Order: sequence, then structure tokens, then C-alpha cells
Amino acid sequence: MEQPLIEFRGVTKRFNNHTVLDQVDLQIYEGEVATIVGKSGSGKSVLLKHIVGLLQPDKGAILFGGKSIYKMGKKEWNRYISGVSYMFQNNALFDSMTVFDNIALPLRQTTNLDRKAIEERVRLRLEQMELGEVEKKYPSELSGGMQKRVALSRALATDPKIVLFDEPTTGQDMIRRNAILSMIADYQKRFGFTAILISHDVPDVFFISSRILALSEGKIIFQGTPEEFETLQHPFQHEFVQSLEELQEHLTGIYSKRNFKVRYQKILSRERPQESFVAGLFTLDNFEGICKLLGHTTGQMVLESLGRYINKHFGAVGGFSARQSRSEFSIILPFSYLSEAEQILRDFSMELQEEGLRIIQTEARIYRDICFEFAILAGLAGGEFGAKEIDRIMDDARENQREVARVYCGERR
Amino acid sequence: MRSIEKKPLPLISPLGRGAIRLLNHLGALSIFLVKSFFMIFQPKQLPLIIEQVYSIGARSAMIVALVGLFTGMVLGLQLFYTLVKFGSAGVLGSAVALSLVRELGPVLTAIMVTARAGSAMAAEIGSQRISEQIDALATMRIDPLRYLVSPRIAASMISFPLLTALFDIIGIIGGYITGVMLLGVNSGAYFYRVRSSVEMEDITSGFVKAVAFSVIVSTVCCFQGYFTHMQKDAYGAKAVGLSTTSAVVLSCVLILVGDYVVTSLLL
Repeated sequence: MEQPLIEFRGVTKRFNNHTVLDQVDLQIYEGEVATIVGKSGSGKSVLLKHIVGLLQPDKGAILFGGKSIYKMGKKEWNRYISGVSYMFQNNALFDSMTVFDNIALPLRQTTNLDRKAIEERVRLRLEQMELGEVEKKYPSELSGGMQKRVALSRALATDPKIVLFDEPTTGQDMIRRNAILSMIADYQKRFGFTAILISHDVPDVFFISSRILALSEGKIIFQGTPEEFETLQHPFQHEFVQSLEELQEHLTGIYSKRNFKVRYQKILSRERPQESFVAGLFTLDNFEGICKLLGHTTGQMVLESLGRYINKHFGAVGGFSARQSRSEFSIILPFSYLSEAEQILRDFSMELQEEGLRIIQTEARIYRDICFEFAILAGLAGGEFGAKEIDRIMDDARENQREVARVYCGERR
Repeated sequence: MRSIEKKPLPLISPLGRGAIRLLNHLGALSIFLVKSFFMIFQPKQLPLIIEQVYSIGARSAMIVALVGLFTGMVLGLQLFYTLVKFGSAGVLGSAVALSLVRELGPVLTAIMVTARAGSAMAAEIGSQRISEQIDALATMRIDPLRYLVSPRIAASMISFPLLTALFDIIGIIGGYITGVMLLGVNSGAYFYRVRSSVEMEDITSGFVKAVAFSVIVSTVCCFQGYFTHMQKDAYGAKAVGLSTTSAVVLSCVLILVGDYVVTSLLL
């Protein structure tokens, strides 16, 4: 069995007479994005602070690679802590330093890099986080979103192996929230660090998480994949997740994956068995390339605009849609046959190529002087209510995917 | 067997508790000072120390010079009328210089720097504590004592003697303005007396005091700011305010107590 990178064994933490963590057992594995969910005040930040040694447990142990972090010698501790970065909930930026100096601080103080190398690394981070214009400003002169990005840049400046994100998206609008989550996923993939997140952004955070850990009343009540979490039978699921997802639906204008399934189940219960329908899957191809070249915010804007466009088009013919994963949207066209749906998709494809892509680019503020080729893939699969699981039908649709529209740079090939 | 009931003694218990608290506090303060002091000699400290010398020393020079000038002028005025009664107005230069170099220079400089830079140290470190900036340093593997406290202690140890010297020189000029220019003491006699009466021992004792006060002020002010979050019944901005006030008050009291102790040891 794989050894956990970080493990909590029976960790208990009390403040005065209040028990915040009660015999917490959890495992974090190398290279995963583990998200801790829980209500406000449930001890999520306290849990995270134990990992970096800002707090010590009253009982229990925290192990790194099988060894208690409190039994490490000075050198070993320094080696461990130099690979861990922490992004604070309120950013904890140094208000008397400029943005540039804030990001450069850990490099200047803990590495032997020369001035030029530090400057290069900081400028790279500034560019990646779209902060180039504010490098000489002080944190108090920036918006909340920008401050978050500065804090994220600082956390990633030393190329850590483990990054702890304490509510990295708090106080952000929907686009920025998704952009930050997308950025975390992107960096996690690129640099291969282990990410431990505290987030309330259900279900968006599920798209980037490998594992979910649910903290309730000081105890870990669930550890598993996002899919397993969605089927969790626990009052926590209803109280916490449902309320957040309903809010999410209002924000995005399209269904969350969970509500999409609920709607599907409702239709299923109303219709006669063997009634046919068509499922479709749309993918924004090279989404990561868009994020890399045009920034994560633009990437999210493209995604949001595409989602709205698909929803508008297929909603008009009685369908409903949802975000399936980071760069995928799913649709269901009830009471339809595949041949009908193919025709609808052809019309959609033409409309998307002729005007949709231009609308998406305008809404995502991609200007004419910047061009980036990307394509939209779509696939359909027919199904009968009750015959197959929706996830399997979606897999069929994924297999049938082909390019339906493309943004061309220069002459059209 | 009779059981012995443990009853708290009405007077002894609070006294004992107070004494334990005081010892705890002094112990913590000593560890804080020793750890921070040895961190002065670690790498990457020089730029931080220079920055603090500018903040604590250079930026306090103006106010120290101003206070020095008026202190010297008042001394010249008061001592002239006192010495005239004994027919020895000629020794005004000695009286002004010795008072300044031995006592007033180091003490008043330390109090002025406490008011200007010490309060800033406590407030700055205190606000960094409540906004988790100190925790952020620790998570970045930057020791907060090394980064925040030890440069301030080193800079104070450099700045205090220099500021004291400035205070003394300007004070002697202040005494000259009132004694010579306004009250008619002979100019040559004034400076002759200054030169002949002030010995190296006096200057050294003034500098020893300045260094002692620099350690007291910087340690107390940084300590109060660093443990802002442990203030009783106060959180956030209120805790920072309380830390700053107690840092200034405690520093001033300790300067005067320290002055007596150092003087009695040196004499």
C-alpha cells in the first residue's frame, strides 16, 4: 500500500476548553490535490497550521514520509519545511513592501541565488499571474483578487513540494475563483507538487481535486474521491454541499454536475422506460494552452462564455446542460433521436463557427491583435432512459467527439 | 489520619503569583534577547541592519539634535545663575559638558529614541503579528527573530551611541548660545573648561550607558510587539495600541532604573 506523504494520527487540539480537532486521522498522498471541506469554524485552518508547525497538537502525531515532524532534528526539519509553502487566508502580505519585494522575499532570505536570478524568477511569476503592471505597487493599493494572486505567487516562488492553500478563493468573483482554481490545477500538474486546499467552492473545486476530506465537528468524516463524496450519505452532505451548489447554479447559469444528474433522474422517473434521449459532450480543446498563453482568467472567461452559448442553443430545443469537468460541458436532449440531434449539432456547429466563436472571444476580451488557435470538440451518443448509466453514455459521447468549430489564426486552412 | 486542607494564604498567594509571573516574563525576555543577539552574526543580516540604522538612527537625528540644543540652552541658563551665586560662572563649560556627557545625553537620547523609534518598533511588529505576517515568515523558513528583531537590536546598538554623541555636541553648543552669546561668559573660558574637565572616562561611561539603553529599548519594544497576540483582554488594533504604550512606558522606566544601576557600577 502506498505510504502517505503526510499523515495525521489521532491529532487532538484544544483551545481552552474547546476541542477543535478531535482524534483526527487523515492521509495525504504525494502528487495529489487534496481538498478539505467543512463549515466555517470547523478547524480547517487549524488543521493546516499543524502541517507547517505553526501549531502543535495536544495529542497525536503528524507524520511526514512516516516520520513524526516533531521528532525531526534541526536539519531534517529545515529540509522538510523548505519544501512546504503556505498561502494564508488573509494573504499575510508584507504591507510595507512592494509586490515585487513580497514575492522576492523568500528567495532573497532562504536561497543563495544572485540578484539577477531572483529578478528573473520573480518576473516570471508576475507574468504568469498577470501581475506585471503592479510590481511596484504596495498590497494596500491592490484589489482583493490581485492580493490573492500576489500571495499565490509568493507561495509558489520557491518551487515547493507541498503547497497549503487556506481558502485561496475567498472574496473572489466567479471568474476569478475558477481562474485561481484552474491556476492551482495547472501549476500542480506542471510542477508536480502536492496541493492541500481548503475551499468552499463546491462543486468547482471538485474538478481539480483528486481527493476530498470532509471535516465536521472536529473529525474527518470522509476521505475519498469527489465522485464518492457526491454519493456520501451523511447529514453533512445535505447541509453543506447542497446549499453551496444551489448558490453555484445561480452564479453560472448552468447546472452543476450534481443537479444535472438530479434533473436527469427526475425526467427518468417521469418518462416511460425505453424513451430515447441524446447526450452530448463538448470539450474546449487545448484549454490548458489558452490558460498558459492568455492567462487563467481569460481561460475561465472562454469557458464561461462557451458554457452559456451551449446552454442557450440547446436550451432553446428543450435540452439542459452542465459543466462536466474542467473543460467539458454535457447536454441532454430528452425525447430525441440521434439523427435529429446530429442535425441540431450541425446547425450549432455552423452558428458557432460563423458567429459564436467571435462572441466568445469578445466576451473573454481576447483582442484581435492576440490570436490563439483553439477548437471545440463535440460528440453525441443516444440512450434510453433506464437502459444505461448516464456516465457510460457520456463516455460513449466522448468517444464520438469530433471538431465542430475552430478559431484560426491567419489564413483559414 | 487527619487530612490537611490546603487553603490559599490571603497575602502570600497573590504575591507569589505575581513573582512567578514576573520571573516568567524576565526569563522570556532574556531568552528573546540572547537568541536575537546571536542572530545578528548570521548571514544576510547586514542590509537589514543598515536599513534599521537609517530608520532608528538617521531618522531620529533631527529630533535628538533639537532636544539636545534646548537641553543645553536650559542647562546654560540654569547653571549660569546658580554658578554666579558662588562667583564661579567661569566653570559653566565644565558644568554643562559633564552634565550632558555623563547623564543627560544618554538618558534623554534614549527616551527620545524610545518615543520615536521604539514605539514604531512595537507597533510595526505588533501589526505584523496580528496580520499573520510573522507566521508567514516562519512558514517561509525565515526566522522572525532573525529577520525582525536582531537587526533592530544591532541597529540600536550602533545608533544610540552616535545619537548620544550628537546630543552631547549640540547640547554643548546650546550651553554656549545661552552662556556665552546671551549671558556674556567668556567664549575661550567656556571651551577651555569643556576641554579640560571632560575626560575619556566620562565619554566612555556615557557610551556604556547608551549601549545599555539601546539593548533595553530595542529588546523591550520588540518583545512587546512580538507578543502582541498574548495581550490580556485585547485583540487586533487594540492589542497593538496596548503593546506600544506598554513598550514606551516600560522602556522609559527601565532606562531610569538602568541609569542608576550603570552609574553606581561605573563610579
